[in-house]
Amino acid sequence: MTKLFMFEKPQGMRDTLPELYQLKAEVKQAVSKEVQQWGYEAVETPTVEFNETVGAASAILDQQLFKLLDQQGNTLVLRPDMTAPIARIAASTMKEAERPLRLTYDAPVFRAQQYEGGRPAEFEQIGVELIGDTSSSADAEVVTLMAASLTRAGISSYQIAVGHVGFVNALLEEILGTEARASEFRRYLYEKNYVGFRHAVDQLPLSSLDKRRLHQLLRLKGDTSILDEAEKLTESQAGKEALSQLRSLMRVLEEDGLAEQVMVDLNLVMHMSYYTGTVFEAYSNGLGYPLGGGGRYDQLLERFHDAEPATGFGLRVDRLTEALGKVKKRPVKDTAVIFSSERRRGALKEAADKRSSGHAVVMQDITGISDVDAFTAQFNDVIYFIGADGKGGR
Amino acid sequence: MLTVAMPKGRIFEEAVELLRQAGYDLPPEFDDSRKLIIEVPQSGMRFILAKPMDVPTYVEHGVADVGVAGKDVMIEEERDVYEVLDLKISSCYMAVAALADYTPQKDVNPKIASKYPKLTSDYFREQGEQVEIIKLNGSIELAPIVGLADRIVDIVSTGQTLKENGLVEIETMIPITSRFIVNPVSYRTKAKQIDEMVDRLAEVVSQGGEPS
Repeated sequence: MTKLFMFEKPQGMRDTLPELYQLKAEVKQAVSKEVQQWGYEAVETPTVEFNETVGAASAILDQQLFKLLDQQGNTLVLRPDMTAPIARIAASTMKEAERPLRLTYDAPVFRAQQYEGGRPAEFEQIGVELIGDTSSSADAEVVTLMAASLTRAGISSYQIAVGHVGFVNALLEEILGTEARASEFRRYLYEKNYVGFRHAVDQLPLSSLDKRRLHQLLRLKGDTSILDEAEKLTESQAGKEALSQLRSLMRVLEEDGLAEQVMVDLNLVMHMSYYTGTVFEAYSNGLGYPLGGGGRYDQLLERFHDAEPATGFGLRVDRLTEALGKVKKRPVKDTAVIFSSERRRGALKEAADKRSSGHAVVMQDITGISDVDAFTAQFNDVIYFIGADGKGGR
Repeated sequence: MLTVAMPKGRIFEEAVELLRQAGYDLPPEFDDSRKLIIEVPQSGMRFILAKPMDVPTYVEHGVADVGVAGKDVMIEEERDVYEVLDLKISSCYMAVAALADYTPQKDVNPKIASKYPKLTSDYFREQGEQVEIIKLNGSIELAPIVGLADRIVDIVSTGQTLKENGLVEIETMIPITSRFIVNPVSYRTKAKQIDEMVDRLAEVVSQGGEPS
């Protein structure tokens, strides 16, 4: 390895300077406010967890985990997502808490980047988990709340795609017969490789009708009418059940006034393998990556020895801020009180008065500044307490 | 506005021809252009002309909504984009080649030269062979001749280049054609325009598939 320069940071790690910090803080505050007004209670979990527990349950690729060892030789990970730690809490320390449980978090997660820049290795996620409720109203609540959070954060135009992992699984299994084969095809969907999917379908010894059904799956994207198309493809109980869940979810979302924003996409297979039911993802025009997403994960808590249904979403703060556009120009700072030491007392009082009336006041000893003009140019208001006598001046 | 990333070079002409057949009215400046960006406002499109290897990168980051990329590039780059359609143009294949007198026994410390280090490494790992890969950026055929590597992995279309350099193909790896790729966000936010483009291209491709 070449010798590091002192300004360098590990791959994918970023600094947040004041301008961006301000924007980020506004976004986080808006989203937190919204979710807390929906009755979600905020929790924090440790940054470091065991690889064997949260690391394994998180379904993030092994090579994306930051790992370290503790003194006993256990492998630790920097948490790669928040859903697994919250599942751990719900299944252990909050096992006895009344259900349904509504929790929210706002925390950085860590995913190592192998190749190149453009993707942060540490980013903040803000989201909710709704634990212990199987109803489709719970699924709808989570989607609606995500939409409300986006609006509150100031994202004016967004799209939400809604799918159902259960439908995809049911259709693949009823046509292909075995789970092994189904998982091969699920992999193509997950890799977004439709060409490979179609090619593999054509290689299979299936009836032309079944092949058509599989080809048809790739076209199941659009408004609610797509669900009627989907209905024709599946005969299994599980498939029909999944569609009826989606149908009632879409009905609720339409009632919530989200008909314009929500679309059905039955090919949406998320990178997190723990999803079992409805899944969804949010997009904003002009940003190449999803803002966030979520879904139902009814089997994740079982891994922490507490079988319970759950659903939730996570939004990426970095992408929300990016979607909101460029950082505003460096804001003009509020007030500076510039003093010389003999008049410190008067300056202190002035600053305290100003602060108590809501201003942000910088107190600066004149001898600490080399260029008074450049320094004061940053402020809206400058008050001087300089010289042996006389009052403060501007 | 739909931004389309097009690969310069070998695939370019065929891709332009395909778009024209699909009913996209592309201006004549497409045929000899050193421009990097060509606007076609009447069809609501903008084309960016990129290195073939870079097309999936532009599409993944969303600065292009859709693009045309070879399967070789898709495998090498592993970008998070939808591969929605096989355009069946620029057909060729990946192959392992070596000098005519190459024998595996002589190969004590196997070295492979390629423009595709990832694809090559994955392929040989699957074959259960550990090899060292030397990354080159072009004229791969040179490597065995000058003794830089024993074998090469490259795309072969007619086999003429291999032959002219005294190389023989020893293994055929995978067939390659160009693919129509789509950014995951654009696939939803610009669904209408993109779906229509996919349908029109699919129509042309399926007609081309029949014997003329």
